[in-house]
Amino acid sequence: MTRMAATRDGYGQALLDLADNPKVVVLEADLGKSTKSLHFRKAHPERTVSCGIGEQNMLLVGAGMAASGYIPFASTFAIFTERAFEQMRNGVARPNLAVHLCGSHGGTHTGTDGSSAQSIEDLAVFRTLPNVTVLHPCDDVSTRILTARLAETNSPSYMRTARNKTPVLYDDVDPESIQIGKGIELKDGNDVAIIACGVLVSESLKAAEMLIEEGINASVIDMHTLKPLDGALVDQMVERCGALVTAEDHNVIGGLGSAVAEHLVANAFAPLEMVGVPDRFGESGQADEMLDVMKLSAKYIAEAAKKAISRK
Amino acid sequence: MSKSISELEEIARKCRVEIVKMVHRAQAGHPGGSLSEIDLISALYATRMRVRPDQPDWEDRDRFILSKGHASPGMYAILAEMGFISHEDLKSYRVLGGVCQGHVDMKWCPGVDFSAGSLGMGLSFGMGCATAARLDASERRAFVMIGDGEMQEGSVWEAAMAAAHHELGNLKVILDRNRIQNDDFCEEQMRMFDIPAKWKAFGWNVKEIDGHDMTQVMEGLDFLEAPENCNGPSILIAHTIKGAGISYMENNPSFHGAAPNDEQFHQAMVELGEVEA
Ligand SMILES: Cc1ncc(C[n+]2csc(CCOP(=O)(O)OP(=O)(O)O)c2C)c(N)n1
Ligand SMILES: [Mg+2]
Repeated sequence: MTRMAATRDGYGQALLDLADNPKVVVLEADLGKSTKSLHFRKAHPERTVSCGIGEQNMLLVGAGMAASGYIPFASTFAIFTERAFEQMRNGVARPNLAVHLCGSHGGTHTGTDGSSAQSIEDLAVFRTLPNVTVLHPCDDVSTRILTARLAETNSPSYMRTARNKTPVLYDDVDPESIQIGKGIELKDGNDVAIIACGVLVSESLKAAEMLIEEGINASVIDMHTLKPLDGALVDQMVERCGALVTAEDHNVIGGLGSAVAEHLVANAFAPLEMVGVPDRFGESGQADEMLDVMKLSAKYIAEAAKKAISRK
Repeated sequence: MSKSISELEEIARKCRVEIVKMVHRAQAGHPGGSLSEIDLISALYATRMRVRPDQPDWEDRDRFILSKGHASPGMYAILAEMGFISHEDLKSYRVLGGVCQGHVDMKWCPGVDFSAGSLGMGLSFGMGCATAARLDASERRAFVMIGDGEMQEGSVWEAAMAAAHHELGNLKVILDRNRIQNDDFCEEQMRMFDIPAKWKAFGWNVKEIDGHDMTQVMEGLDFLEAPENCNGPSILIAHTIKGAGISYMENNPSFHGAAPNDEQFHQAMVELGEVEA
């Protein structure tokens, strides 16, 4: 049976792995139990800075520490990272300080907490900031590997993780195959390419299975890095498949779909169908119910794939 | 609007039962802060709020802003008790399409005046309501319930300073001082030192009470309404117990955002006098 895990657990594990580096520090805003930085706090309280419920302060404390030679990992819910957006913009991104911000509980998949907690715009807003790398991994293994890689970079980042469990796709993977800025082809096909991130990667694999039954062979890409986008891989998919679908638990405006569309219009072109939250706020519901309410689940991805093919 | 202390205690007890039922049914939600606030909210709604349950959008109603919007079961319970929503509606807590969304939401639930969920926003919103009431020359007031962890948000203090500057005597805050936030005790996460002194220094009228002693709660509400305290904004600092009324939840940070299991649910119903042991 497939192992199920939440990406936020991969983040928590990565922080522990990184603890050997004495420059790594963890910043919290009263959600360590939820983002999973609590494991680091337990093991290394002296290198964990509690900022209380104060996201704006947390981001700039991180900036000051980064400017003093430390490698800060700050986390809260994805939605509350947005509370500190301008701090991230002017205090972190502008001076290019390597503060690593993690937003957990991203997307409508977050579930019954409802619309106030379901961030559907985080990827979009952080993507607009120069210098900021934007990641949204799909399982705990890749989250752990990518988080570790962030510690070696010299620029800030935003990573979205998810609250709820999804199938683990990278057990036994060679860690070298998971690199920032490089999409991963999980299934190859030549009729249509489904480019997905986060919780919709496993949904896209399911969609690809459904499509096989209809004689359609889809390629599935885990585009865990939204910025910088792996344009070379998108070009390859355009050439090989000639039709694309993007899939994300995020507003259709500004996220992965937009990133791919921005790339397409300036390069080799192919029809693109975007699966994403249809520019509306969420509501309370179970994680799987939300994927259906928002028309994000496998069957909608498969439908979008057929539509993209019909537009070839 | 007049109720005896024992009548108020009984309203609060019934609300406690509903709170525990809601989070148990949903197997999610925030019992701790709902149980700490409920004596205060019960007394406020049952004896002070000028509202019309059959006309929830009545223009001149008092506003109640649950800024700590995760403690929504407490608010839903009193809204049902007052008749804004039905007891059947309470079953929709955290259910797809339900009026009782995870966090109180003015777009979803009659009687809710603020879409909450992000801490540190309600006081500013309340200031807006109070300012509008003043411009309208209306008698209506804005009551805002905030949490102690929530008080760590900088925006709370922006609003506190502004409300005093504008001498908003129709803005009244109740602080649920239950000493616990999400991860832990406030003392561990972020010490807040002398809370009454902070508010006084910001220019507010301040009174401290035991938020579970109904007599003191009524005195506290008298204080908020007293004409001599309507020269500027006032705050009632209510010392409470997170999880109050359910022994295993009391002072227990793990029941900030966790539901009781079946056995714990049964025990809660026994402790609240709903069923025999
Ligand atoms: C801006 C913001 N940051 C973080 C959270 C997550 N969160 C929800 S409840 C909570 C703790 C609140 O503590 P407190 O205000 O003391 O409420 P109470 O104890 O009454 O439940 C936190 C951190 C949030 N809702 N909003
Ligand atoms: Mg509290």
